[in-house]
Amino acid sequence: MDFTEVQIQRYSRHILLQDVGVEGQEKINNGKVLIVGAGGLGAPIALYLAAAGVGTIGIIDGDVVDLSNLQRQVIHFTPDVNKPKVISSKEKINMINSDVKVITYYKLLTAENALEIIQNYDFVVDGTDNFPVKFLINDACVIAKKPFSHGGILRFDGQTLTYVPGSACYRCLFHSPPPPNVVPTCSQAGVLGAIAGMLGTIQAAEVLKYLTGVGDLLTNRILTFNAKTMEFRTIKTKHNDYCPVCGSHPTVTGLIDYEQAVCEIESLRKNK
Amino acid sequence: MSKISVNGKIQDVNTPISIIDLITQNNVAQPSMVSIQLNGQFVNRDDYENTQISEGDEVDFLYFMGGGQ
Repeated sequence: MDFTEVQIQRYSRHILLQDVGVEGQEKINNGKVLIVGAGGLGAPIALYLAAAGVGTIGIIDGDVVDLSNLQRQVIHFTPDVNKPKVISSKEKINMINSDVKVITYYKLLTAENALEIIQNYDFVVDGTDNFPVKFLINDACVIAKKPFSHGGILRFDGQTLTYVPGSACYRCLFHSPPPPNVVPTCSQAGVLGAIAGMLGTIQAAEVLKYLTGVGDLLTNRILTFNAKTMEFRTIKTKHNDYCPVCGSHPTVTGLIDYEQAVCEIESLRKNK
Repeated sequence: MSKISVNGKIQDVNTPISIIDLITQNNVAQPSMVSIQLNGQFVNRDDYENTQISEGDEVDFLYFMGGGQ
């Protein structure tokens, strides 16, 4: 593709980067990325990928903007309350960069639709707030051989890892979802707003690294941080031969809709 | 006393110690919300009781983090 004068100006700070250049920027502009969840993590991810000029951004979320979201979900503004999050996100992305084609899915990712949706994308980003969908994204991406970024935040903590076919997947580390209600989610335990930005921008950087082929991805590693101490750790991980989805004798061969914690369903209902 | 590494920090423990005892010793409130790696290898939950830790081992507690919205 040939960049126009305006595009060269817009993307000049990428083009100036020796590792990216015009070639890398072209890869970004040709990239197709699916963001699952347009919330705390999805917001910074979508904003940075839009600014970077990712060619196609898909956003899937079945929720509407709630007043309690605005403390951290920086893509949504006060007048967006009660608007579907995918619409609110699309409006902002369009304002940031008209080079980006936005595809919205105003629904939840399920065992039924996951494979069909993700097949249209080069990379999937997990910005969801519950274990059933985190495991669903992992399983769908492993089965479809699709790279993805896992992200999780809680209170003052964040964690992220990147999967590419063959590397350790989320299930290699976390065998199966915890029983509903045992592990609190943000809606129950709270979260420091800026944590979402800290983790989401790391995930966005991983997407751009993957698209351009620059650097070493967070594969076979998990990055965790705690904002109280501001300590970051990267823990080496290995592909787990006993992994239920990517091990040598997989027991998970199809997609599963795990049960949601009751309180989460209630909070979803309340938001509708 | 033996020196082991827990989440990157050196701890003095009486070895041998099982993973389940190490979890208790580290005051993990909900053992079901932690996933354990021993020397970079995932340990199956069913093996927490019979897996012993010895001098120089590196143990990582990985916590489930379900938030994102």
